[in-house]
Amino acid sequence: MSSLAASDQRAVPANTTVIQPAWVRIAHWINAVAMIVMIMSGWQIYNASPLFAFKFAKSITLGGWLAGALLWHFAAMWLLMVNGLVYLALGFATGRFRRKLLPLSAAGVISDTKAALTGRLSHADLTRYNYVQKLLYAGIIVVGILIVLSGLSMWKPVQLHWLVALFGGYDIARYVHFICMSAIVAFLIVHIVLAVLVPKSLRAMIIGR
Amino acid sequence: MGRLRSLLIPGVDKRLLVRDAVKTMPDLARRRFIAGGASLGALTLLTGCDVSDSFSAEELLKQVSKFNDGVQAFIFNPDALAPTFPESAITKPFPFNAYYDLEDAPTIDGKHWKFEVRGLVDNKKSWSLDELYKLPQVTQITRHICVEGWSAIGSWTGTPLRDFLKLIGADTRAKYCWFQCADSDGYNSPLDMATALHPQTQMTFKFADEILPRAYGYPMKIRVPTKLGFKNPKYVISMEVTNDYKGGYWEDQGYNSFSGS
Repeated sequence: MSSLAASDQRAVPANTTVIQPAWVRIAHWINAVAMIVMIMSGWQIYNASPLFAFKFAKSITLGGWLAGALLWHFAAMWLLMVNGLVYLALGFATGRFRRKLLPLSAAGVISDTKAALTGRLSHADLTRYNYVQKLLYAGIIVVGILIVLSGLSMWKPVQLHWLVALFGGYDIARYVHFICMSAIVAFLIVHIVLAVLVPKSLRAMIIGR
Repeated sequence: MGRLRSLLIPGVDKRLLVRDAVKTMPDLARRRFIAGGASLGALTLLTGCDVSDSFSAEELLKQVSKFNDGVQAFIFNPDALAPTFPESAITKPFPFNAYYDLEDAPTIDGKHWKFEVRGLVDNKKSWSLDELYKLPQVTQITRHICVEGWSAIGSWTGTPLRDFLKLIGADTRAKYCWFQCADSDGYNSPLDMATALHPQTQMTFKFADEILPRAYGYPMKIRVPTKLGFKNPKYVISMEVTNDYKGGYWEDQGYNSFSGS
């Protein structure tokens, strides 16, 4: 907590530098809406033919029944894919991914994980990601790409049969899709808890600074 | 909320108004897929907006689904074949799936059954099962994918639909082959012409080298390995070649109409 308190005294430069440029903020919130619709409708679709011995409670699903959920899922997928492609293109083109997410080292991740678990990891400078953040933000981009590709191979298993083959078959693509969803939900929980614990990170994602 | 309240019509009981508004909504069964749709409609009524201006998520989703039909028709490659599998990959037992139990499945007497052909075709004669069995047949082992997500591999034998369409002089520039089935409440489904002409789309008479059992659609099923399972009609009794979109049993309830794989 001491590092958080200390950061308040150094808040002056943070107020003048843009931490999250407008395109990041716009893409972030569009993605948030698209992801929530995809996840909740996805749970309803899952319930039609569960992969495991459980179903999602109706209260947390979207669409009412399978057809409604599919309509939501195949509408929000456009939002997710188009927004995701714009985000990836700008992330590479502006050099933001390179600046923010690299370098990434195992030693850095291990030491920052230890610091995080003992409450000594500083969020003082929001313009720089620590190694745990770098790993999670880079990782969630990879998971995002995987969930779209596994979803596409389930949607178009004949037209995109080569993609299905890459996943090792239609059935395996279903599991990949589910595991990616689980990873995203786990990420979301950590992501939201930390945004609540470090409110100025949430402010930066809304007003930029 | 203050703004909303100010828009309420004085002297009107809002509960009665909501009840009346809900009454005017068509077929609740088809609306069930948007929980909250009714309350959204009621809310716009309460705020005094014209109903026709009200935002309807359901309408928007239907439009996106139509857009998705177009996208899928566009990316549909008439030469892309569904993967085929060795006999060892066949799912045993192959699941029976319908919106009714097997005991309620149509029981059809093959001797009296006729396959009716209507619409934009030169020869509208009806076909007996014996006549259809005489047509050249091929076998394919492909994956049946259900809209629910599960899939199963089966072996289907029959006549390619495109050969039959040619034989009866069908206008293959027409938009759809519309199939009707013997199910008690009238199952039907439209098949776009590009898919009907796909080399693997088949009038199926046999499953696993045996005469098609009742569970899988005796006497005839349309096997379409480039479509989801519900677009593979069973217990087929007629086909109409048409330019009109005539809807389908599941399509009308909200499943995407193209539903291509």
